[in-house]
Amino acid sequence: MSMKAMNSKEVANKVVNKEELFILDVRNEGDFEDWKIEGENFAYLNTPYFDLLDGVEGIMDKLPKEKDILVVCAKEGSSVMVAEMLSEAGLDVSYLEGGMKAWSEHMEPVKVGELSGGGELYQFVRLGKGCLSYMVISNGEAAIIDATRMTDIFTSFAEEAGVTIKHVFDTHLHADHISGGRKIAQATGATYWLPPKDASEVTYEYQALEDGNEVKIGDTIITIHALYSPGHTIGSTSFVVDEKYLMSGDILFIDSIGRPDLAGLAEDWVGDLRDTLYKRYRELSDDLVVLPAHFMIIDELNDDGSVAEKLGTLFTYNHGLNIEDEAEFRSMVTENLPPQPNAYQEIRETNMGKLTPDEEKQREMEIGPNRCAVR
Amino acid sequence: MESVKVLDAKGLACPMPIVKTRKAIQEINAGEILEVHATDKGAKSDLAAWAKSGGHELLKDTQEGDVLKFWIKKA
Repeated sequence: MSMKAMNSKEVANKVVNKEELFILDVRNEGDFEDWKIEGENFAYLNTPYFDLLDGVEGIMDKLPKEKDILVVCAKEGSSVMVAEMLSEAGLDVSYLEGGMKAWSEHMEPVKVGELSGGGELYQFVRLGKGCLSYMVISNGEAAIIDATRMTDIFTSFAEEAGVTIKHVFDTHLHADHISGGRKIAQATGATYWLPPKDASEVTYEYQALEDGNEVKIGDTIITIHALYSPGHTIGSTSFVVDEKYLMSGDILFIDSIGRPDLAGLAEDWVGDLRDTLYKRYRELSDDLVVLPAHFMIIDELNDDGSVAEKLGTLFTYNHGLNIEDEAEFRSMVTENLPPQPNAYQEIRETNMGKLTPDEEKQREMEIGPNRCAVR
Repeated sequence: MESVKVLDAKGLACPMPIVKTRKAIQEINAGEILEVHATDKGAKSDLAAWAKSGGHELLKDTQEGDVLKFWIKKA
């Protein structure tokens, strides 16, 4: 029978549309347990490719006849080999083009809202890693928030929309992925903003992003208002865009909250995190739509593939916002934390400009889930 | 460490380093040591997992520049 390639975009559509897919993941067991392609109606079989070198007979009865089968590996090579064997054994199968490497880098732009005066707000969903970036567009100008290192995606999107990128922001110094903010700013002449308290060790010039800063995008139409909200990092800053959207960075997610330990200061920052979530954010309007910098689980996706929820709803349903007892809160965010993101120290140093790894190394550093949250 | 055979898998992409390692280990006797040189970074975790699943023992691994070296004792 036949074998064909399936690309990350096609897989992303299946995730968003909640379609069925059977994934035969041929990476080794440790890698599969650590990180895989998540989909609400996806089924899985993990058998390492090196256990299939003698033939696929042993797994034939575990593969469905009526579902699409996608063979997945780290970079593609092994999945092609296994898919060929399955196809020779009489199955129609696909392999994932570019493997998990390509999946990790794929981003889907989703329009999350209209802004006053004809502006638009887009969320870029990096499904493979759970990272979210944003682009605010208004009157021929654009601002980007928390860009990933796949900067082409943002610059080509802006080009197609016919807008000029004027401002690039990072809500904080990221520890789970390499920021593309500085690179975009260099390429476009845009201003790169970073909270100074997260930038004490950076090796480059930047514009200090401070509480109360207001930046206008387009013909004084959209206002981005910075709100100092420490806790995940000491400099973490949120944005209120057009008085409608709250970009919460890694402080508040849909079904979880930010972890305070990735810069090694959990005990010191837990109080800041509590203040931000239980005081600063409480003073904001319940109607603000929260747009975080990450999601952790696929259930956090809305039906259109976006990740967004009203602040008022989160105050009711997000467990991390409903812990009355301060000691209990403290222990939840400082004890029994999930493992830290892969290579998080090297990623932080790269974002500070201290390390300049090549692209292959950057990919390798970012392998795996983001792990910026606690639930 | 005394290896009886050295496999050069440098420049090969996954799955070839494992395919070749598997073939090479069939050519040595139980208890003997195979040395593998590879440049594919994925080889590190894959060789460890492969050796484990086949009952072989990964005695040692090192990195010299871009080259990953492994010593595997056949079961």
